[in-house]
Amino acid sequence: MATSLTDRSTFHLAHEPHHADGGSTLLGFWIYLMSDCLVFAMLFATFGVLGGSYAGGPTAKEVLELPLVAVNTAMLLMSSITYGFAMLAMDRNRMRLMLAWLAITGVFGACFIGIELSEFHHLVADGAGPQRSAFLSSFFTLVGTHGLHVTCGLVWLTTLMIQVIRYGLTQANRRRLLCLSMFWHFLDVIWIGVFTFVYLMGTIR
Amino acid sequence: MSTHKNDFASHATLRGYLTGFGLSVILTVIPFWLVMEHVLASPVATAVSIMALAVLQVLVHMVYFLHMNLKLEDGWSFMALIFTLILVVITLTGSLWVMYNLNVNMMPMPAMSPETSQLP
Repeated sequence: MATSLTDRSTFHLAHEPHHADGGSTLLGFWIYLMSDCLVFAMLFATFGVLGGSYAGGPTAKEVLELPLVAVNTAMLLMSSITYGFAMLAMDRNRMRLMLAWLAITGVFGACFIGIELSEFHHLVADGAGPQRSAFLSSFFTLVGTHGLHVTCGLVWLTTLMIQVIRYGLTQANRRRLLCLSMFWHFLDVIWIGVFTFVYLMGTIR
Repeated sequence: MSTHKNDFASHATLRGYLTGFGLSVILTVIPFWLVMEHVLASPVATAVSIMALAVLQVLVHMVYFLHMNLKLEDGWSFMALIFTLILVVITLTGSLWVMYNLNVNMMPMPAMSPETSQLP
């Protein structure tokens, strides 16, 4: 055992190939997103199984408001494109322009969270809280988890904006902004599943 | 490897983002329109249409917003994506299939019939 350890410690390349610092971070972050995707797959499966169990309570058709969801979908889509514009500004080293686009992205994200919270508030106030039926439990878990992700994204966005203001567009900050870009667009992809399977399918169920 | 100054660029273009955004708007408006205006008579046709549109929009986001392609990170990103998709399909179809069968094959008990479901 001891010999094999020493043997292994002597193995190294004479010239380590150079990689950019954090060069594999983007792949690692992508794999994290894929694992997050599995979390959402579980929640979608749970909602798929329990989504019709109203326990004599309100049905999806009665409690879900499609116009509100349409506005929310627009908010998230707008925030996706404005984040994209921020990345284009970053590529051209336009720091102030990038910060402006990031701020707009943050406003759209905050609007999304605000609308979602008011929707949740109305549901709970109308006696359609998560404890009412299996449908509502799985609904709040799925949509709430997505909302929690967006909230984390907003905190991350704010943190990175402060980082960029203080330290400029360093390589580390560019890498972090690209990770958040993936995270943000990924959340929009998940939202496509949410509005299709929860809201639209719930309404025609 | 890192002779050029910038190691982290987004590989994005304005044209790509605008194309993705335009397609996404179209692929979002159509399903909402289908459901809210009751365009199709049969709910099944509506359900199939909006699911197909959702899949299309996910593809649009993957290509134009997440810049996914077969060569990213020597293909490892795509490998991880395919592996995840397989697991997602197994999770979703497996759960729905098993739970549907359990539901259908469950012995109906008197307390579970719809007439008596108002009981505490």
